[in-house]
Amino acid sequence: MKITLKIYRYNPEKDDSPSYQEYGVDVEPKERILDALMRVKQYQDGTLTFRKSCAHGVCGSDAMRINGKESLACKTLVQSVAESDGDTVIIEPLRNFPVQRDLVIDQTIFYKKYKSVKPYLINDEPVSEKERIQTQEERMFFDDTTNCILCSACYSACPVLVETSDFLGPAAVVQAFRFLGDSRDKGFEERLPVLEKPDGVWPCENHFECTRQCPRSIKITRRINQTKDMIKKYLENRMDE
Amino acid sequence: MIHEYEVVIVGSGGAGLYAALEASRKADTAVLSKLYPVRSHTGAAQGGISAALGNVEEDSTEWHAFDTVKGGDYLVDQDAAIILAEEAVQVVYDLENRGLPFNRTAEGKIDQRRFGGHTRNFGEAPVRRACYAADRTGHTILQTLFQQCIKNEVSFYDEFQVVDVIIENKKCGGVITVEISTGQLHIFKAKAVLFATGGFGRMFKITSNAYANTGDGPAVLARRGIPLEDMEFFQFHPTGIRGMGILISEAVRGEGGILRNSEGKRFMEEYAPTLLDLAPRDMVSRAIITEVMAGRGISGNKMIDDYVHLDATGLGKEVLKSKLPDITEFCKTYLGLDPSQSPIPVQPTAHYGMGGIPTDIHGRVIIDSKNTVCEGLYAAGECACVSIHGANRLGTNSLLDLVVFGRRAGIHISSYVKGSDFTDIQENADEHAREWITGISEKGKKGEAGRIGEDMKVIMMEKVGIYRNEKAMTEAVDKIIALREEYHTLRIGDTNKIFNTELLELIELKNLLDLSLITAESARNRKESRGAHSRKDFPERNDDEWLKHTMAFLKGDRVEIDYKPVDISRWEPKPRIY
Repeated sequence: MKITLKIYRYNPEKDDSPSYQEYGVDVEPKERILDALMRVKQYQDGTLTFRKSCAHGVCGSDAMRINGKESLACKTLVQSVAESDGDTVIIEPLRNFPVQRDLVIDQTIFYKKYKSVKPYLINDEPVSEKERIQTQEERMFFDDTTNCILCSACYSACPVLVETSDFLGPAAVVQAFRFLGDSRDKGFEERLPVLEKPDGVWPCENHFECTRQCPRSIKITRRINQTKDMIKKYLENRMDE
Repeated sequence: MIHEYEVVIVGSGGAGLYAALEASRKADTAVLSKLYPVRSHTGAAQGGISAALGNVEEDSTEWHAFDTVKGGDYLVDQDAAIILAEEAVQVVYDLENRGLPFNRTAEGKIDQRRFGGHTRNFGEAPVRRACYAADRTGHTILQTLFQQCIKNEVSFYDEFQVVDVIIENKKCGGVITVEISTGQLHIFKAKAVLFATGGFGRMFKITSNAYANTGDGPAVLARRGIPLEDMEFFQFHPTGIRGMGILISEAVRGEGGILRNSEGKRFMEEYAPTLLDLAPRDMVSRAIITEVMAGRGISGNKMIDDYVHLDATGLGKEVLKSKLPDITEFCKTYLGLDPSQSPIPVQPTAHYGMGGIPTDIHGRVIIDSKNTVCEGLYAAGECACVSIHGANRLGTNSLLDLVVFGRRAGIHISSYVKGSDFTDIQENADEHAREWITGISEKGKKGEAGRIGEDMKVIMMEKVGIYRNEKAMTEAVDKIIALREEYHTLRIGDTNKIFNTELLELIELKNLLDLSLITAESARNRKESRGAHSRKDFPERNDDEWLKHTMAFLKGDRVEIDYKPVDISRWEPKPRIY
């Protein structure tokens, strides 16, 4: 089938403002949108700019908005966004980020917030066994959060971030929960200042857009709410003491 | 722009990050990567990392080392395989202690499962040796190492593409890179450079590899006179999703999945009666092609693109959900099927280069058949060849290779740089890179890079694939030489500086063309069958003449071949039967 890709274009060296450009491309319904983008780039217009790598949904390079929905281009089949010949698919960069060029965004702020939650195991106690013992239940408690590939889809989907750009954002909280929920971790108090400040976890209003758009099926909103509960409980206990 | 670091690490996958953690403890270290670190292809590794922990059944490091040697069809350097198996135990515990979320046994220990070619008591039966985190073990290794790099404040230069290396008088002085976001050339002076740039599977049409796997490190070094070792040995993983090449982990068979032909028969009974579906990958891939060519593929057309079924319907929904969730999702996304209900259509997919930059057991790069070291130059991970994989790598030994030899290289580098000085580099050190980039950036004839790349992939797949012969490989060499000629006429259409990915893809294409030529010539030269290198015209292994490593030097349009002995100090080579 032949579809039209209507793609957001912006080249800071030449353009005063962004525009959209249309490309007709032959595709199979079961091909990926990334395949269609590659065909445009290699055979029609080498200046079309986007990131890519693994091409099967595990590296997080090609997150973008496809028909207004945050998606990985390599995990989105043509048939899921275009039904018949002549259909148009709109492709845009993620929101809530500065655009470097076309579909490439600058993720600096995303990684800065990610790093601020100390996303690493904190536990200085010497290990007595060969491995630290962890039950299967303890391991599964935070399982889905280990899925995160830092693709930024949730950060783009979050309506709160549109209004409150200082909000920590969904991914950073998920990464905090990844460790707060790990029985081996002792870093709750070290992470608390970043999480409990007004721009930390609290701005989340349970829109569930992050959860809906996460290409790795992480229950993001639920994890944010669990993190809020952990903090509330800790603060209540501290007041009681 | 010129930067100066004691240590520069090129590549941010498992090997690069582990080396960075070690080196940065004592030395001023920078990691350069063409991707954001968490995008590296280590993250796509699925099934597990082997270590003889013995958590669920008896195991020993000696069995692990032996399996590695036999799996590699005795082209493995046995001293290195013993180090791999012994240090495996320590690195797996280290990864766990650093936070890696391994699946657990009922007692709360690291859980282990079966994988191809890993056996108890020197081949008696499969053993549970693969430690795993669901079917995203590589992802969790990459994440854990990146997290530790954040904790230890390692310096990163993200989205810098390496284009050249500075080597003078057998000593490395740094690398030349392009900063992708600006198009600027940057020189990184260093006392030691580690290449950890990963694989080069993108030279083949059907591959499990990422777009980024273009062999940048080996290609850059080959053009500077460093030989590449054993490049003829390229692994085709038996189970890629039909037509797409997306990897379906061997863990599916480790958990009980069965390969079936069009008659529904478990055909591995004919090829490997003891290990069956868990035979090493080279054997299983050949078995699939043999079935297909006999007309027992699912469509029965005897064509190379026919396929077989991987039957995981007996595993049960619970095992698929807890141990193979990503595989289950790939099947749903790309095939629209539920693996608990329907068999998965699979075909062999180009997966892993056993060969690469020759190194010793400390990751130091070797530049000739006499094991001469190039001072200050290191390599680790898939781009390197120690050699622990020989003629065929066992599943789970790649993640292990990254962390064991990435770590060893990092440790060696951190002591090396304390006793060495920076090399004085010429002011025009980046001239060669600048000329190359200026050449392909000049507005001129609009190139056909897409078509040249496609031709290369098809030629390599059809003529230097699972089964090989002299005539086909000669055709491949001639055609790759012609494509390299054509490459010189290419000019890019994009003349912008910022994020010029068309320029990057041309750089990557050059790397793949050079490595394709070396691979095809090395394969044509080796007149025997061993491991992943299977010749119809020389079907037997020939230890008398060919128990030796290939050392291939790129000389313009030609490849010169020399050899290096194999370490067989522990086990006498024997016929390889499973």
